[in-house]
Amino acid sequence: MSVIDQAAPQQYRHLRLNVLRYDPRHPAAKPHMQEYQIEEADSMTLFIALTEIREHQDSTLQFDFVCRAGICGSCAMMVNGRPRLACRTLTRDLPDEITLAPLPFFELIADLSVRTGKWMRGMSERLQTWLHAQEREVDICRIEERMDPDLAEQIYELDRCIECGCCIAACGTAQMRQDFVGAVGFAKIARFRLDPRDTRTDDDYYELIGDDTGVFGCMSLLACHDVCPKSLPLQTQIAFLRRKMAAQGL
Amino acid sequence: MKTFMTDVLVIGGGLAGLRMAIAARQRGHETVVLSLVPAKRSHSVAAQGGMQASLANVTKGIGDSEDVHFEDTVRGSDWGADQVVARMFVNTAPKAVRELAAWGMPWSRVRGGDHEVVINEQRVTLTERAEAHGLIAQRDFGGTKKWRTCYAADGTGHAMLYTTTNQAIRHGIEVHERAEAVALIHDGERCYGAVVRNLVTGELIAYLAKATAIATGGAGRLYHVTTNAVICDGSGHAIALETGVARLGNMEPVQFHPTGIFPAGILVTEGCRGDGGLLRDVNGDRFMPNYEPEKKELASRDVVSRRMEEHIRSGKGVHSRFGTHLWLDITLLGRRHIEHNLREVKEICQYFLGIDPAEKWIPVRPAQHYTMGGIRTDHTGQSPWLKGLFAAGEAACWDLHGFNRLGGNSVAETVVAGMIVGEFIADFCDKPENDAPFPLTLAREFVQREEAKLAAILDGNGHENPFQLCTEMQHIMTRHVGIFRNGDELLDGIAHLQRLLERSAKIGVSGKSRAANPELVATYRVRRMLKLALIIAQGAYLRTESRGAHFREDYPRRNDREWLKRTLAFWPDEAASMPSFEYEPLDVMKMELPPGWRGYGAKDYIDHPDTPCRQQEVDATRSRMEGQGRFAVQEALMPYTDKLPASLTGRNERLDEPLETSR
Repeated sequence: MSVIDQAAPQQYRHLRLNVLRYDPRHPAAKPHMQEYQIEEADSMTLFIALTEIREHQDSTLQFDFVCRAGICGSCAMMVNGRPRLACRTLTRDLPDEITLAPLPFFELIADLSVRTGKWMRGMSERLQTWLHAQEREVDICRIEERMDPDLAEQIYELDRCIECGCCIAACGTAQMRQDFVGAVGFAKIARFRLDPRDTRTDDDYYELIGDDTGVFGCMSLLACHDVCPKSLPLQTQIAFLRRKMAAQGL
Repeated sequence: MKTFMTDVLVIGGGLAGLRMAIAARQRGHETVVLSLVPAKRSHSVAAQGGMQASLANVTKGIGDSEDVHFEDTVRGSDWGADQVVARMFVNTAPKAVRELAAWGMPWSRVRGGDHEVVINEQRVTLTERAEAHGLIAQRDFGGTKKWRTCYAADGTGHAMLYTTTNQAIRHGIEVHERAEAVALIHDGERCYGAVVRNLVTGELIAYLAKATAIATGGAGRLYHVTTNAVICDGSGHAIALETGVARLGNMEPVQFHPTGIFPAGILVTEGCRGDGGLLRDVNGDRFMPNYEPEKKELASRDVVSRRMEEHIRSGKGVHSRFGTHLWLDITLLGRRHIEHNLREVKEICQYFLGIDPAEKWIPVRPAQHYTMGGIRTDHTGQSPWLKGLFAAGEAACWDLHGFNRLGGNSVAETVVAGMIVGEFIADFCDKPENDAPFPLTLAREFVQREEAKLAAILDGNGHENPFQLCTEMQHIMTRHVGIFRNGDELLDGIAHLQRLLERSAKIGVSGKSRAANPELVATYRVRRMLKLALIIAQGAYLRTESRGAHFREDYPRRNDREWLKRTLAFWPDEAASMPSFEYEPLDVMKMELPPGWRGYGAKDYIDHPDTPCRQQEVDATRSRMEGQGRFAVQEALMPYTDKLPASLTGRNERLDEPLETSR
């Protein structure tokens, strides 16, 4: 009934994983490609493959997995040139030869491990990605404020971002300027802008993203939209924000 | 020696840790959070279905209250819970939901008017009240009498964690990422902080604090198949244990979630069944009503998981290349419902199984899911044995869940305990008598001890492989200390685990780096995990009864006469190959809800001698006070409000229970 009951490949493929290795803390180290060979297994993901390599072939290989279920955003890496969540990438969807590299743009820790968390925290601080409510204290004993159910769902939709960094890794502008807030930043602004509990105005948002480090830096290449693992509607949100911010700037 | 000083050190950057940190910070105390990973990647993010709080907004929640939530929680715990803590919890849960709403949490909302739902295979039309339109919605979950689980589609943990982390950022709370507490600094009576290893550089730093709070989550990785993230290895439990004085409470009950996808063990939410999904066997037959006529698929998790395994044993499982499983059928919920309310489930099925759950059944089998046991604390979250050490959330045992946690009560506990324990931590730090000077010499000793341990691993020439030992342990735990247990299997498992613990002293690592070194990390972690595994296995062997998730085939009845007590485990002698145990009796005469039948699962149990007497007292009080209102009756049976921080004692408003406007 399900895919795991369908006929298995009789012969398991022999996979070759080429991994970009580099530990910047190691003074003599130079970036280089290292090849690992493993036999494919049923339902093998890159999480399973890399864990097997670390446990049986090379215990020094560094990478990050946490939830291994596609929800925490830890394991984004370049898989054959494209940013993806490694944990939910099945090897059966890839060719025999797989090239893995760390996400560009972010500070490298070593091998496939990068500091997305540090950058995301900086982005959150800069864009103030928390609800700016009125000053009055909310009485949490009282019935909550109402919200339209459709609007709540729309906010949740934008709130699904997992800060994995794929959009930044795929972004043309980010390759050129380190201070670009990227699609992840725009998604946050769009989310709070939509939320009636947030009292900020477009004037306030213009202060945050109304320049080349924000919406006007976007070249509309929109690879972010194509690679987002959560399929966030980045294309429409960026276009919408840019229109609003352009109007604001007039 | 590098030192870092702060008022409050929180170990763990998930929901419980962050919420404690926010509470302490709001009260003016410097607070730093340590996290193995960026805070937003903590395992709280993986909670899907929702959090229980008796808001009673939806039609199927009308009549819900703290009282009903309390009874469901205690029955769910199989009377293992601390009932005072359960009361504190149910009174705070609605406040936690509303606080999150005020912080921007995108809770799913009630839509007034008619809507169709699936209940017991029937399409039913429910009518939501117009006056509830736009309030926070609730869905059905296992082991509950009312629809009580508040949710944001099926990404509740994600939305809660992001909302809470963003508040922590707003308050300027620093999170030191990729930092692991490897030992608590203490003198046997007072905890002063922790030795912390920077996982990138390998450096050891002494973090000194007035109050140290552990919120490191569960220990699912002790098992081969678990829904838990790879970082959930019980490291917080273990460093508390290694003080030799702090006790771990009730480690033997381990929750298996009925619907881990097979074979990867990735969770699909209880919301699937709450929303009307069914469990089916090899013949496509729905089997739960035969075992559990009252609650069917929505009995508590321990019961459903056991019934599933029982059904598999009776030959009704589906055989596949990886072993045997059952089916979860949510096709009857319809595509629209799945794409809006169960979208994470849909993604997981698509990416990990290659199926569309709106059309095909999902292969499932129970998988380790939750660690009921934890660092034993009092109702303030503080360890009675180590002053200044606090714990909250899955890592703690204050003891809300007893022997089985209800679905939706864990994320609820994280924020509720964070609010409550956070206040108590602030109280602790406010008191001048807790201004003990930081013991730098002691800190240096602890740092040197950890340095020496790491050096011994790196310099040793053992031949054992830490990854191999870990895998063996996981298989032993799954095979011998799983859903069904018996004395012989447990003894066998314990002997295996002891051999592994011995072998773990002879691990040799090939990479000699002191900095980021996965093999080094695996080595010190597996040693700790083995200690926790032994505590679970030995605790399970000693407890000759069945209660909640702890099920003994050779002692299938719950035995209140002998075993209505909490297991406390500790490890006083570091060189010992076995933990020590003591037991803390539960006082039936103080219970608001004396032990009885849970309303699902086995009906026969051995009563505690005090139960009939206490039941009589409770019944008499209830009839004497008839008409005086539920709050007065509750107060007479088991007062608890004096235990709560003053800011959290207020009553909770509901549509049917308005508060006086004078407040």
